[in-house]
Amino acid sequence: MDRLNEATVWDVIVIGGGHAGCEAASAAARSGAATLLLTHKLQTIGEMSCNPAIGGVGKGHLVREIDALDGLMGRVADASGIQFRMLNASRGPAVRGPRAQIDRRLYRENMQAALKAQQGLTLHAAAVEDLIMVDGRVLGVIDRDGVHYRSCAVVLTTGTFLRGVIHRGDERVEAGRAGDAPSIGLAQRLYAQGLAMGRLKTGTPPRLDGRTIDWAKLAMQSGDPAPTRFSFLGGPITNRQVQCGITATNARTHAIIADHLNESAAYGGRLSGKGPRYCPSIEDKVVRFGDREGHQIFLEPEGLDDDTVYPNGISTSLAAATQDLFLRTIPGLEAVAVFRYGYAIEYDYVDPRELTETLELKRLPGLYLAGQINGTTGYEEAGAQGLVAGLNAARASTGQPAAVFRRDEAYIGVMIDDLITRGVTEPYRMFTSRAEYRLRLRADNADQRLTQRGIDLGCVGADRAEAYQAKAVILGAVRTAAERLSLTPGQAAQAGFKITQDGQSRSLKQLLSHPEIDFDGLSEVWPELATWPDFAREQIEIDAAYHGYLDRQDADVALFRKDEELSLPAGLDYAALGALSNEVREKLTAVRPATIGQAARIEGVTPGAIMTLLAHVRRRAA
Amino acid sequence: MNQTIFALATAPGRAAVAIIRLSGRGVRQALNQIGATRLKPRQASLRTFVNACGEPLDTGLAIWFPAPRSYTGEDCGELQIHGGVGVVDSISRALVELGLRPAEAGEFTRRAVENGRLDLGQAEAIGDLIDAESRGQSRQAINQLNGALGRRYQDWRTRLIRTLADLEAAVDFPDEDLPSDVMERAAAPLRMLLEDLNVALSDGARGRQVREGFRVAFIGAPNAGKSSLFNALLGRSAAIVSPTAGTTRDVIEAHIDLEGYRVIISDMAGLVESDDIIEAEGVRRARSWAGSADLRLWVVDHAGVTGHWRAGQDLVRQTDLLVLNKSDLEVAEDGISASNVATDMGLEMISASHSPREIDDLRTWLSARVGIELSGTDFPATTRLRHAALLTLAKDHVGRAVQALGQPELAAEDVRLAVRALARVTGTIGVDDVLDEVFASFCIGK
Repeated sequence: MDRLNEATVWDVIVIGGGHAGCEAASAAARSGAATLLLTHKLQTIGEMSCNPAIGGVGKGHLVREIDALDGLMGRVADASGIQFRMLNASRGPAVRGPRAQIDRRLYRENMQAALKAQQGLTLHAAAVEDLIMVDGRVLGVIDRDGVHYRSCAVVLTTGTFLRGVIHRGDERVEAGRAGDAPSIGLAQRLYAQGLAMGRLKTGTPPRLDGRTIDWAKLAMQSGDPAPTRFSFLGGPITNRQVQCGITATNARTHAIIADHLNESAAYGGRLSGKGPRYCPSIEDKVVRFGDREGHQIFLEPEGLDDDTVYPNGISTSLAAATQDLFLRTIPGLEAVAVFRYGYAIEYDYVDPRELTETLELKRLPGLYLAGQINGTTGYEEAGAQGLVAGLNAARASTGQPAAVFRRDEAYIGVMIDDLITRGVTEPYRMFTSRAEYRLRLRADNADQRLTQRGIDLGCVGADRAEAYQAKAVILGAVRTAAERLSLTPGQAAQAGFKITQDGQSRSLKQLLSHPEIDFDGLSEVWPELATWPDFAREQIEIDAAYHGYLDRQDADVALFRKDEELSLPAGLDYAALGALSNEVREKLTAVRPATIGQAARIEGVTPGAIMTLLAHVRRRAA
Repeated sequence: MNQTIFALATAPGRAAVAIIRLSGRGVRQALNQIGATRLKPRQASLRTFVNACGEPLDTGLAIWFPAPRSYTGEDCGELQIHGGVGVVDSISRALVELGLRPAEAGEFTRRAVENGRLDLGQAEAIGDLIDAESRGQSRQAINQLNGALGRRYQDWRTRLIRTLADLEAAVDFPDEDLPSDVMERAAAPLRMLLEDLNVALSDGARGRQVREGFRVAFIGAPNAGKSSLFNALLGRSAAIVSPTAGTTRDVIEAHIDLEGYRVIISDMAGLVESDDIIEAEGVRRARSWAGSADLRLWVVDHAGVTGHWRAGQDLVRQTDLLVLNKSDLEVAEDGISASNVATDMGLEMISASHSPREIDDLRTWLSARVGIELSGTDFPATTRLRHAALLTLAKDHVGRAVQALGQPELAAEDVRLAVRALARVTGTIGVDDVLDEVFASFCIGK
């Protein structure tokens, strides 16, 4: 497969084989679009460039949502996971997040296999350097060798490759990732279109040789005894499971770092991009939290047959010699050998306020962006955007209406709305606190929230659709039963439950919301409960536990939807609307909100301006 | 699902007439309950408005605009009442008691637009007004932020966000090296906050003060000139005034109107011990009245040399006022001693005499004090009620959060809603405020 037929017109072309690119290509192909994925090297498709883990609180929610829409990340992670933990397992269901350590090689191989198995998807190695533009529309891409690839829907997922620059001490290397060349041409093309762009940075720690770590000295952390999968499609976890080591920095480490701060690209003033506050370099931690005696480090194996260890917690851009020096002050790492030193990377991103809710550029129709190019960080964030971009690129090229996920439906919706409405000031990562309807948007119910939607959109395969529908039938029956089965206070007292003798009968669900009444107790009253499958029992317990809260959120959601359903025309000429201040007009013109609700979320848009827009919408509707 | 709302449609402050507008499904019922019964659509009727206990509040015109032929397209009502702040306040309170909610800025117009009652041109013109109104509200919020009350709101908000940061950090970063008590440490601040909000909402004696009048006592030694001041303030001679010490043997009450509020001023016996049984009884009653008054004007003859200036000093509180009377005369020992004591106590002082200018000064001072005491702020009544409603909401959420501390995501949910309620008083808050606090407080990140 050296050269493709240049005359072929693809439904969708995806540039990039990272997490955004993989999900975009898969989603487009699943939607029935003839899809081409172009990337520098086919063998790095599905590469985990940073930490060898997927999921977590918020991020795990995103993986479940990708999976609910039949995306790949959850399934591939399950097949490649070597340590599974449910974070916040002791807390409420809304904030439990599945997470797994991943074997990097297995992940890459499983991802590549999944993409190769996908019907309608072609993978091809090419270094894309430019866009084919006709009358302000994107109609394809051109690679370094001048080969043209044609499509009216292109998804760009360039990660940190846009004018990427790696910093380590004094060294400064232009690269998209260690060992890979950056994309300069594409960045120039985007700049030439007058898009608002900016620069962000992120960092990565040194990679250690696990054979040189004194594991015996370290506390070890195991996964959960019963691993929880990401994917709603069942199946056993077959990989051997591993432990992670835990160690920490100390005063000596901090002293060395403090002494060499001026070497750091960030502190030496050679780095202009803004880095994430939740992923600070060890330099940042020493400067900002210098009073701490130590900072925790997780030593994460990168694979079952890989000696590389990822020391989570000490990303750094200090010079290589200093990295050696401070690493060896850390318990367990006294004689450590480094495979590859840590570095900071600076890259261009496009202000996501340039995007619509389908992740298409407003000013460059036909071009969709997903992943770090939109100012986000993280595999899961990238994958979720890739799915939305690929799905919508496919729908647009086949003449179907856009698929938009709202804030009350999915973390995917929260993220995209945050991005396109508020833009970013640092690499954007998902936290559950970003979701105002957090109690509804749970990892456990992602399929109930999204799979039927995905079936309707045509991006969910037959196997999953069938499994989902079977599950939905059981859940429906069980929920009905939970409302129907009830006890009078007298009956409840007889069964040994202490409830108020107020003459009111209580349903199973109401009984279950009493802190002292549990499912097992109720199973003694109603023996048929023992036959309920675990997932059904779990859902009923969650419904009961969150009962009052969910009702209240439902009322909030109803108000929220009212404004979301008032859509603003895409081509609305804000300049022609009287009574808008210049400031508000500029903000509305920059973001071009899709709905009244989104307009109201733009910082600085006044209630009076909303009234004007509302009147406009009403008049059009009339 | 639209709640029934009301708002003062006229400018707040003293005016001959104030108009309160109502909108929503519950308007008809609310009008009936407040005494505006048997209304004909779009016809003004003279009615006496009453509160839930049936006490008359004011007499004025009521109009009922049945939907859809109304400003908002919903059932609307209008109450045209007397313009004093006290009247507006009592009617507003009565409406809140009936379950109506003070409107947010622009809410009437928004409903009108939603129901297609305004065309684009009208809405655009009104958009400006709404922004002016919101700006007015935020200006008020800013004014308030400079005051003691504003500092209190700000303090609550800061404390809530700090607590929320603790809860959110525990929820979002379980794998981080956070202090082990990060969640437990939310408990104490939330309980304290709950107490503070309860105190703030208990409203003190304000309800009674507005209903029955704000009670001001003139206290001091016999012949300090209390009755003269009382009469000057009253503008007429309701009290017997004579140069003989101990003339005023009983408590004499009179009602005056300050800033639209009913104020009861009282003249009373000079507070000195007496062997005369009748006089002693007068002093006892005076002391009792003065002790329970809302404000005491401690009148001292600033030119006196009798040493009687201390009379009644034991009743004086820090919020009272020392009136150095007879300021047209040369200052003497009594005046000096009293002002020293007042300075030590942190008491405000004002000088007084028969001169109309000084009486006006006293009147102005009293008006300001009554305004502050009875409104809590210098806001119009409806704004204040809106604040009270939001504070109550915040308090309820904090209360539930305290109950749910075992489940941080549920506690956080209520704290977030409490912050949102307070934010509607003081300005807006985004998720970033909380994340800022999380990242500032904890070393997050691996």
